[in-house]
Amino acid sequence: MTSDSILATDQDHGRLRAVLRFFRRWPIFSTLILLLVLLTGTTAQWIAPHDERTGDILDRHQRPAVVGGNPSFLLGTDHLGRDILTRVIYGSRVSLVVAGIVIVLAATSGTLAGLVSGYFGGWIDEAMMRLVDGIIAMPLIVVVLVLAVVLGPSFGLLIGVLTVGSWPTFARVVRGETLVLKELDYVALAKVAGVSTPRILIRHLLPGVLNSVVVVATASVSGVILSEAGLSFLGVGVPPPTPSWGGMVADGRAYLVSAWWVAVFPGSAIGLTTLAFVFMGDWLRDRFDPRLRQID
Amino acid sequence: MRRFIIRRALASVVTMLLVITAIFALTRSFGDPRTIYLSDEFNTDLSMSKKQWDDLGVEFGLDKPMAYQYALFIGRLLKGDLGTSVHQRRPVIQLIMERLPATAQLALGAFILTIATGIPLGILSAVQRGTILDLGGRLFAVLGHALPSFWVAVILVIVFGVYLGWVPTYGHKGINSFILPCITLGWSSASGVLRLTRSSMLEVLDSEYVKLARAKGVSGHGVVWKHALRNALITPLTVAGLTLGGLITGSVIIETVFAWPGIGLLSIQSVYKSDYATVQGVFLFVTAVYIAAAFLVDIAYAWVDPRIRYG
Repeated sequence: MTSDSILATDQDHGRLRAVLRFFRRWPIFSTLILLLVLLTGTTAQWIAPHDERTGDILDRHQRPAVVGGNPSFLLGTDHLGRDILTRVIYGSRVSLVVAGIVIVLAATSGTLAGLVSGYFGGWIDEAMMRLVDGIIAMPLIVVVLVLAVVLGPSFGLLIGVLTVGSWPTFARVVRGETLVLKELDYVALAKVAGVSTPRILIRHLLPGVLNSVVVVATASVSGVILSEAGLSFLGVGVPPPTPSWGGMVADGRAYLVSAWWVAVFPGSAIGLTTLAFVFMGDWLRDRFDPRLRQID
Repeated sequence: MRRFIIRRALASVVTMLLVITAIFALTRSFGDPRTIYLSDEFNTDLSMSKKQWDDLGVEFGLDKPMAYQYALFIGRLLKGDLGTSVHQRRPVIQLIMERLPATAQLALGAFILTIATGIPLGILSAVQRGTILDLGGRLFAVLGHALPSFWVAVILVIVFGVYLGWVPTYGHKGINSFILPCITLGWSSASGVLRLTRSSMLEVLDSEYVKLARAKGVSGHGVVWKHALRNALITPLTVAGLTLGGLITGSVIIETVFAWPGIGLLSIQSVYKSDYATVQGVFLFVTAVYIAAAFLVDIAYAWVDPRIRYG
């Protein structure tokens, strides 16, 4: 018997539980949203109804068709007359590209660092973990502000900072798993058999930690998208005129009274996408790591 | 315990020193650091007289060797001198101190909200596990974690500020102006505290001593409030201190949304003006606060849980 329901009775909630169980087993919501984002992101140039960078200033702040406004703009237009729907579609591409590059870079470097750190131990491990602690102790946004003044905001800076901010989680998790794996007999056997160290790391240890890497990667995506959006909102992320969701919310901030749609739709796109990734991450974690199922 | 504190304090000092060194290296890696202080990344019109240029050179000790410049830089920081804002022609530390109260008030308000919602909802969620209440609590946590704070702010402003007209939508005047910024800033940290409280409470409720208490016939409420709560709250309460650090960085975005005159807004305004000295000053200040908060949390944690001390 678990700690369930000291104050509530079980039978009241049978149906609710059944519904919850269904959604936990199959992440329908997340899958749909993520497919939509992926689809719009990859096919943006074919499905977008208008141009994403230029608009007619005469079409400034057209009301969205969804609330009975101008029928040629489903989600309305911004202060430069650009179609919001088009820019939201292109924005999904920017978010996906940034998140994709950052996660791949962070997962690769973090996994490598974690393997090396956990396998060799000693001063390498000590130095690596201090570095990880140091990076985690850093207020990321403010770091970007400093670099934005010195280097100017750019795509490369954004990718770089987000990668540096994301790899410590991978390194920590992989290191922890490596510490356990390297004590196992098959690794000892490989060593005795004269397998080279790089080969032990890649062929013998890496497959054992991959599950966790996938889980951490999925869980990190929402954080990366949120950070990118936050930085773009502050004007130090994706440089304009490339449409980014965060930047679009910033564009609409000055017109909340007269044109709420400029900020609301791109913001909703961010929220839905990050939510979908969070649910997907939880689901994957439950699948790959049954130990956690009982706690949550 | 004393050894732990000393070791941890030393680590904090080293981290801070590394940050300062990194900043120093950054400014000197472009040849003449004065070009950064007067850079024009955001197309602002910053003109500087020959005298200012020369003064800045003397201030940085540019005619002296690099080691001397480094020592000069650290010596200034130790004296609390963060340099002078070229744009505002005033010491950076003055600018920060002027704006600090607004940020501190905002962070405090959000912190109170974090504790006041995160911990009770977390307990409720754990005790009523699997019910509609639990679902609500977890939804609160997931949304706070996944929704971008600036978007939440935008929605709240539209609904409660513009449409209903209940609260002011920007600025820092009167108690009402605190409502929206504190809610937006506090929500995300509250969701972290909620999750932690919930899982910690569930773990404790499942432990042997709670089962024993139940077996001895302690009532349901008695078990929750007397036996479980005390142990379950150790982790969330200590870690709550860490959210203070997050609140300060989060305030950069929130202050921008609500035109809140704190150090977050100061830093972002200085970025737009390419006022490097101020941005650097805010960065060093915030990082120091951040590292100090982490240090205090570690000490608090080790104090309540001896396993950490010897780990």
